[in-house]
Amino acid sequence: MSTHTDTLDHSGEHTHEHGWKGYLYILLILLLLTVITVGAAQVNFGSSTANVVIAMTIATIKASLVALFFMHLKDDKPINGLIFVSTLLFLAVFLGFCLVDADSRWDTRPATYKGPLDQPALPSLNVDAAAAPAKPAAPAVAPKH
Amino acid sequence: MSQAHDASLIMQDGHGDGHGEGHAHEHHPFHQHHFTTMEQQFDASKIGMWLFLATEILLFGGLFVGYGIMQSRHLEAFVAGHHHLDWKLGALNTCFLLISSFTMVMAVWAASNNRNGNKRGVLITNLLLTLGFAGGFMVVKYFEYSHKLHDGLLPGKFFSYTGPDAVPNMFVFFSFYFMMTGLHGFHVLGGMGAITYLIIRSIKGDYSSEYFTPVDLIGLYWHLVDLIWIYLFPLLYLIT
Repeated sequence: MSTHTDTLDHSGEHTHEHGWKGYLYILLILLLLTVITVGAAQVNFGSSTANVVIAMTIATIKASLVALFFMHLKDDKPINGLIFVSTLLFLAVFLGFCLVDADSRWDTRPATYKGPLDQPALPSLNVDAAAAPAKPAAPAVAPKH
Repeated sequence: MSQAHDASLIMQDGHGDGHGEGHAHEHHPFHQHHFTTMEQQFDASKIGMWLFLATEILLFGGLFVGYGIMQSRHLEAFVAGHHHLDWKLGALNTCFLLISSFTMVMAVWAASNNRNGNKRGVLITNLLLTLGFAGGFMVVKYFEYSHKLHDGLLPGKFFSYTGPDAVPNMFVFFSFYFMMTGLHGFHVLGGMGAITYLIIRSIKGDYSSEYFTPVDLIGLYWHLVDLIWIYLFPLLYLIT
């Protein structure tokens, strides 16, 4: 696997041609990982969280392959990789703190909640709706398509 | 520095359209005078592109964070909503984008190895293939969207689905589905425009091993679009 940056032909002396087959192998690995992701989604790994973690781990492996080889970060100038990785770090801070905050709230009722106020904190909007159905019950027959 | 100095002298002399006899052999037509070398010009453009990609990651990042919060809060509604997505179409689109990423990196490879036009055909072919797979992605997207439109599986207040498996707050899932895939779809369309531009300039023979910056930068953009879809596909189509 090689990159184009060292094939830049400014001097005219560097004429060695790098192969392209490495890219094909990366594509095959990416397609194989897609099959694995779809397959893993059919299996129950115990909890919804476990399945999400497994799917996201495979997605991260795929994203790393794309970034390192297709986006040439493996052999590129470090500054470009630094920009990319630092962006991901800030995104991780954003995501991590928001999820910790959301999970640790005592009252997760949204500001638009209109149900009884003396009820304890509700885990989700779905429970609100179950307690006080806003919509009429679903029709017995499926709608015409 | 001396080259930049020469360039400014040339400008003063009123020969801005051409260049001195002495360095004609080293002055590429796409070399901008404020860069010392072609390599410096390439590296500067590339850093700029990576900074733009950083803003793109943060743009989509906001949606991913919103998805994470709302999915944990409305798990039931998200699971019910995801049953209305066809994972086969999602997997097909994933393959389209992965293959288009491969043809794009092949186009970059061809452009960066193009000496005296010996890889021009490979370059144009790969750009056309990339455009074709991107078009295939949008066609599949069109069928998916029209199916949702028909069923009333739409974001926010436009949600009108009343099927037997309707779950309260299912609209939240479709709000995220349409905003995330919609924003991504606009990026695919933008990429298709950019690739068309590359095809026109490749046919004109503008790109060679000495100058292929636009191919490289649009390639980076295209891979980012692919990279975002790599996360969107399992999140939207495969959650359980």
